[in-house]
Amino acid sequence: MTIRELADGLRAEILVEGDLTREAETGYVGDLLSWVMARLPEGAAWMTVMGNLNAVAVCSLKDGACIILTENAALDEDARRRAGMEDIPVLRVEDGAYRTALRVAALLGETA
Amino acid sequence: MSTLTLRYEVPGDDFTRAGEASSDVKRKLKQLGYNPEAIRKVAIAMYEGEINMVIHAGGGEATVDIDPKQVRIVLTDHGPGIPDVGKAMQEGWSTAPDNVRNLGFGAGMGLPNMKKYTDELRIDTKVGEGTTLYMTVFA
Repeated sequence: MTIRELADGLRAEILVEGDLTREAETGYVGDLLSWVMARLPEGAAWMTVMGNLNAVAVCSLKDGACIILTENAALDEDARRRAGMEDIPVLRVEDGAYRTALRVAALLGETA
Repeated sequence: MSTLTLRYEVPGDDFTRAGEASSDVKRKLKQLGYNPEAIRKVAIAMYEGEINMVIHAGGGEATVDIDPKQVRIVLTDHGPGIPDVGKAMQEGWSTAPDNVRNLGFGAGMGLPNMKKYTDELRIDTKVGEGTTLYMTVFA
């Protein structure tokens, strides 16, 4: 499923378009950047409340497919610019990480 | 491909620029057609090193030597040094201040990640003088 289809399915706000044609392979949830740095799977839709520049760097270095900001978390202006430069889509949803992850898993057809 | 040497200055206390060096190295390795798994390992280890230099040492320098067989990264800072390397190598042990934790760092995964994602890691550190990390990732 492409990031655009995922955004539509989640009825997410698209804060940064980036490469919306990229496929989301799976999902990942986490806010501690070093932890995420070690574990974010390539091609994952990453759900987090971290909307800062370093989160964009982590997503870029780990080849994440997109960032999904949960609970309407803020996206810093410099992070927005960098995500645009790096072609990383940033979506935003109202739901928390748990509910968002359930919805992402359903959309991607993944089960526990 | 002979050895390509890249040098970077890592600015201190500027989180907005942390990660620039590792992103650049990642880009260059991709252009060189380097093995993707090795690129991933270099990117993670070097980013953690950069972040550590910003958090703890007021910045430093990074030198990266790339040849067909390996990537060698040397990170040098003139920060406070690491009093107990054994503890610093444990997952979850961190001395990062609260403002850094609020940014999502300080999980105590920095050095453990560097160890996990490199084939060789050596730490030279002296309290009050600084730290040099030598990391090697094989292609």
